[in-house]
Amino acid sequence: MSKLALKVTAVETLSPLVKRFRFESPTGAPLPVFSGGAHITVEMPEGEIVRRNSYSLISDPYDGSGYEIAVRREDRGRGGSRHMHTKVREGDEITVSAPANHFQLDLRARKHVLIAGGIGITPFLSQLKQLGMEQKPFELHYAARSREEAAGLKLLPGAAHIHIHISDEGARMDLGAILDGQPLGTHVYTCGPDGLITAVADQAARLGWPKTSVHSEAFTAPPPGEPFEVVVKSSGKTVTVKADQSLLEALEAAKVEIDYSCRGGACGRCETHVTACDGRILHNDHWLSEAERAEQKTIMPCMSRFKGARLELDL
Amino acid sequence: MPNAEFSPSIDSRPTYAGLVSQGAAHGIMVADDAGAEALCDLAGSDASVMDHAHVLLVGAAAGTVARIEALKPRALHGAPDLDAATPLIKRLLSEARMGTHLYLAGSEGLMGLVSALATAEGLPLDAIQMEHRGSIARRMQCVHCKGITEDVTTDPFICSHCGLTLFVRDHFSRRLGVFQGVCVDAEAPGEVPETQEIRA
Amino acid sequence: MTMQFNEESFRGDYTFRNSPAAIRRFPFPFDRDEYMYSVNIEQHPGGPEGSPFEFAFDVDEHYVAEMKDREITLAEDPMRCQSLPHMELAGWDLLELIMVSKARDYPELFKLSRDGNAWHWINKPLGIDKKFTFLDPTTLPCGPLEYITRQAQGDFALLHEREGNLWLDAGMVTSQADWSLDFDVGMNFFEWHAPVPKARKMGVFDKALKFLLAVTQEKSYRRLNWTMTVNPRLDTSPENYHKWGPEKRTITPENVGAKQFLRVELQTFWRLPRSNALAFPIRCYLCNLEDIATQPKWGRRLHRVLRDIDPDLAEYKGFAVNQKVILDYLSQFDDGAETSPGIFPD
Repeated sequence: MSKLALKVTAVETLSPLVKRFRFESPTGAPLPVFSGGAHITVEMPEGEIVRRNSYSLISDPYDGSGYEIAVRREDRGRGGSRHMHTKVREGDEITVSAPANHFQLDLRARKHVLIAGGIGITPFLSQLKQLGMEQKPFELHYAARSREEAAGLKLLPGAAHIHIHISDEGARMDLGAILDGQPLGTHVYTCGPDGLITAVADQAARLGWPKTSVHSEAFTAPPPGEPFEVVVKSSGKTVTVKADQSLLEALEAAKVEIDYSCRGGACGRCETHVTACDGRILHNDHWLSEAERAEQKTIMPCMSRFKGARLELDL
Repeated sequence: MPNAEFSPSIDSRPTYAGLVSQGAAHGIMVADDAGAEALCDLAGSDASVMDHAHVLLVGAAAGTVARIEALKPRALHGAPDLDAATPLIKRLLSEARMGTHLYLAGSEGLMGLVSALATAEGLPLDAIQMEHRGSIARRMQCVHCKGITEDVTTDPFICSHCGLTLFVRDHFSRRLGVFQGVCVDAEAPGEVPETQEIRA
Repeated sequence: MTMQFNEESFRGDYTFRNSPAAIRRFPFPFDRDEYMYSVNIEQHPGGPEGSPFEFAFDVDEHYVAEMKDREITLAEDPMRCQSLPHMELAGWDLLELIMVSKARDYPELFKLSRDGNAWHWINKPLGIDKKFTFLDPTTLPCGPLEYITRQAQGDFALLHEREGNLWLDAGMVTSQADWSLDFDVGMNFFEWHAPVPKARKMGVFDKALKFLLAVTQEKSYRRLNWTMTVNPRLDTSPENYHKWGPEKRTITPENVGAKQFLRVELQTFWRLPRSNALAFPIRCYLCNLEDIATQPKWGRRLHRVLRDIDPDLAEYKGFAVNQKVILDYLSQFDDGAETSPGIFPD
């Protein structure tokens, strides 16, 4: 099994900024099933550039009849989500990767507490289905600014242990109340803006939760920035990274072999050794430690950029 | 006697970093007579840790119990041995909430058994602290008959269940809380190396 | 072509034998005249037609006899198959992977019909015809892992991913190279491999773990490992070491060619879909020195590998005590000629 050539069979507007897409096999063959929290990488060819963004699957993980994703349009991004919103239509062909998962449920947990902020609801939608099938105790908290923006409301089932917090209506999420007094063996999972992830981690630490019970997935696409150049050590070739391109995408376009999975700076797969650096690496990932960032000896090409005279990569 | 230091070994051999107060977090503390000393040192570093602690002393002398009592733990229980203590440990763990820390001090056998009980109840490993005190005797499982021999101090030793002569491995199962003992003369029955005291 | 299954035993009278065809397709593990640990990973399945690499789960002439041997071992010691509670889903994933693969690759031997979760499985060699509901354990006589691995050659480990590590949380292990599932179940990747000498220091397991964590549903992989066993015995468990250990001292110059076996593990790595666990099947192939030497390249190479091996490894691989007799025997097949690269016979 390698990449999957699928067909777009449904596009639905969920909120002013969020669209839902459904992909199916053109032959009707079943697609590989997956685990709650998994993502696929979607290819978006545009002229000479192929952008690739990873999106959490929101459909039933055990249903191979199709894959569904929800995409939030990021107008300040480098164009991937805009492409999905403006170019992709029902009936189009689309190439995606097989599902992979860097945000899986710990099935040993006695209870699962899921905390979503905004579009960070997406990985939990497939997890909810898995938790239902596995009959595991859970509670889900979904925070959004306004009801209009809360695309998740159209995707979430109504259930007693699903809690909606709309801050415009004064119903802010109280993390202390959510985390305090949970039974031993509870795991907490957060997906959303960095601020929310940090707030949950801080609150859990204050309550004495061990780190291994606290999980998160940051929701980020590579940021655009100033164009820059890198040198590929093995070939001596110089690769130019355009403003609306990630370093990983530029290397792929230059046919430099490089591994990847999440394309969001979380999984560590594309970690690349830096052999020369005269300038400053703009680290945008969640993978490297502060010390590793300061050393400037490794870079995550899926997210990070460079400003300076020369950057040489061990590729 | 401080936290015993063991010579470097293989990755499956547990190491014991020593007890550090987790402040206001709820604590369950289990110690034997030698391990109670580590609880005293812990309270010495942060007296308030005892305000949130359920302490369970296993096979401790009366004087030891009195010393712990003087530290004013939230609750103090005693049990003559680990078998007798097990139901209470399970009960405390099943009622515990996230944020509870488990402090274990004493022999490797006690720490191995109680941490195995705790992880089975859903307590993550990083919520368990251990400090080795007292005897370096090991709790050994015979890989052949699965019987457990407590307080093994020599290598090789005789399995108290099947009678085979076993050598003492550093391979340790956290799930069972035991080291592995394997027949020492399987290939040449009767060829048994000289018995030595186990060293740290 | 229908496959002929041997009637043979892996204990007691040891009537196990390899047909000439089985010898030629034996997965000889050395691609050069020396051996050191390496990760030596390739994509799987895929390989020459008829080789053990061709299909996802190789079925050969030993299939029925190996399954009978597993049944005997499990009857004596049911703890050779264990699954921690959170691993049942991974067991179903493995069951699906094996049933789908075998029905596709060996349609004359296995058949799988699926209507939603209503499944019908036919295993002709073992005479099994079973209708059950996928993901409903009450419709099988035992857990899904045990059910399917009683019908699949080799040992199976199921690894749970968490905290950046892989945890050995389930398995079926009856033909292992001297490690105990009952003892090791629940251990992480480094603890489980702790008794292997040297490798940690060389960073082999750090690299292997990194590689395994990166395995996705898109591609599966394999590697070969090896050890030496006296007599064609599958159950070389630590549990029964006191029973099979004495056999190791029965090697003589007269019987070494027939009694000393090269034991090769074909290890494969699969990311499972629903559980996101990794399946780690470890298929065991046995071939005695006599049969190996029927392929001149293998006879020459095995002599060189075993002669020049690090003494610690000879100890760990369990043949140090017989190394001299083995080398004396193999030296007759080593005329000093060059050997061709790769593992396949000339």
